[in-house]
Amino acid sequence: MSLLNVRDLVYTYSLGSPLEHTAVDSVSFTIKKGEFIGIIGHTGSGKSTLVQMLNGLLKPTSGTIELDGVNIWAKPKEIRRIRFQVGLVFQYPEYQLFEDTVAKDIAFGPTNMGLDSEEIENRVYRSAEFVGLKRELLEKSPFDLSGGEKRRAAIAGVIAMDPDILILDEPCAGLDPVGRDILLSQIYHYHRERGNTVILVSHSMEDVASVCDRVMVMNRARLEMFDTSQNIFSRGEELREIGLRVPQITSIVDNLIEAGVPLSKGVLTVDKAVLDITEYLKKEGRL
Amino acid sequence: MRDITLGQYFPCDSVLHRLDPRLKIVSLIAFIVLTFCAFNFYSLALVGATVIAVVLLSNVPVKMYLKSLKVIIIIVIITSLLNLFYGQGEPIFQWWIFKVTWAGIYNAIFVCFRIIFLILFSSALTFTTSPNDLTDALERLMKPLTVFHIKVHEIAMMMTIALRFVPTLLEETDKIMAAQKARGADMESGSLVARSKALIPILVPLFVSSFRRAYELAVAMECRCYQGGDGRTRMKQLKLMKRDYICIAICLLVIAGVVLCNIFLPQIR
Ligand SMILES: Nc1ncnc2c1ncn2[C@@H]1O[C@H](COP(=O)(O)OP(=O)(O)OP(=O)(O)O)[C@@H](O)[C@H]1O
Ligand SMILES: [Mg+2]
Repeated sequence: MSLLNVRDLVYTYSLGSPLEHTAVDSVSFTIKKGEFIGIIGHTGSGKSTLVQMLNGLLKPTSGTIELDGVNIWAKPKEIRRIRFQVGLVFQYPEYQLFEDTVAKDIAFGPTNMGLDSEEIENRVYRSAEFVGLKRELLEKSPFDLSGGEKRRAAIAGVIAMDPDILILDEPCAGLDPVGRDILLSQIYHYHRERGNTVILVSHSMEDVASVCDRVMVMNRARLEMFDTSQNIFSRGEELREIGLRVPQITSIVDNLIEAGVPLSKGVLTVDKAVLDITEYLKKEGRL
Repeated sequence: MRDITLGQYFPCDSVLHRLDPRLKIVSLIAFIVLTFCAFNFYSLALVGATVIAVVLLSNVPVKMYLKSLKVIIIIVIITSLLNLFYGQGEPIFQWWIFKVTWAGIYNAIFVCFRIIFLILFSSALTFTTSPNDLTDALERLMKPLTVFHIKVHEIAMMMTIALRFVPTLLEETDKIMAAQKARGADMESGSLVARSKALIPILVPLFVSSFRRAYELAVAMECRCYQGGDGRTRMKQLKLMKRDYICIAICLLVIAGVVLCNIFLPQIR
């Protein structure tokens, strides 16, 4: 069953002025329920613009977005409902915190949905747990948190709305390496546990390769490729041409293949590579 | 929010863009005074011709000027109407408490054109002068005031910084609004109270980030040993060129023209 169906999407900034600039150009794709999608692309390729259209923050210049078969702009008055269904976590979301306690800030979205206070409290605790925010932090002022904790609080604020589709625009940018991995695995577990669709925009090929089922590649406002992670990252040459690269481990394995070692292409994680290489060595009788 | 053109800089190349900013400010003041000293239709027409010449010379699309006029059109209409009904003398038309006299009609026309000319002249200045040049020129023009212990340099620096951060803050406001809307903030509907309450999630982050920016800017300035205006030299020295002298000559001609029109041509009121 297809959840999100996008056809010929175009977005032009400052339409009709000398500064006119098309940031997203004839993009079409379909996403099924429960998929984990990655979006990669060079800086300025239109990723943030695309995801802002998906939850109705930007109105497409032309083209349609269908959610469960219904055009999201069919009733412009009810666009707020779409924003609850498609939750968007912005690039650097920590600057949107404003309440006097973290708990209240996380509750902002659910409160806007008009839920009762018991349900709101439940959701605040659950989503804080999902992103790994400790309970005692919930009563602190959001401005007293560290950068990484602020980021988690902001993500929890969107997860608390329990959206069918969760979109994260570079959630790991600016975090320390361990923090990135933890946050990413928390997002992955959230996806696993709830079965929600997740769309992850990221500049880290490693992150995308390790968690995403399918990957969109944006290049100069256009959707260049959309395929499984494995297929995408076996096309290293093409990726390099548009200013991207493959995960380090993939390129190591690719180099081994070039050097004559019979391994399979499109290896995405270190674990898989280790498995493949030991198997090969065993077969050769060298281990 | 980005459609406000009043007071914006329009980067392109023209004679006006290249003129000395100090000269532009002084001529603006001269022309504003002149606009209010135009007592008959001939001198008003002369000022009008000057405005049109300035607008055309600035190389800025006329559309931009019209946009900045749009902001004050209501003020123009109201003041013209007030003047129309408050004229002295023989009424040529009367209805209830409203009476229209010739003097009233003249007043209305003059006031209307004076405001329009005023806006066009000042728009021409801001369109053709970058905020930095503008404050720089103001600082130099106000230099004599240091005698009265007025901190001219500090005032100019504050103006420069304020102007510099207007677009940044607008951009930031857009971003924060989008982020809160994504969490279901509703800013378009509801009562007045509800709507002002809906501003809190936008204003708080905006203030927080403004303070952060101010702090960072202060640190950055201190790191470069900024200590105020004393003993600072300038990278860009302003010097009057040939075109500036031509501009002065033209301004003097227009002033003389208006004065002569006022004295020698018939007064119409
Ligand atoms: N508010 C805006 N007004 C005008 N142009 C914009 C605006 N926002 C973005 N753009 C332009 O649209 C293009 C796409 O921007 P977008 O933010 O979608 O890129 P991105 O792929 O998210 O980049 P990054 O990886 O740096 O986040 C860029 O060229 C940018 O300059
Ligand atoms: Mg982006």
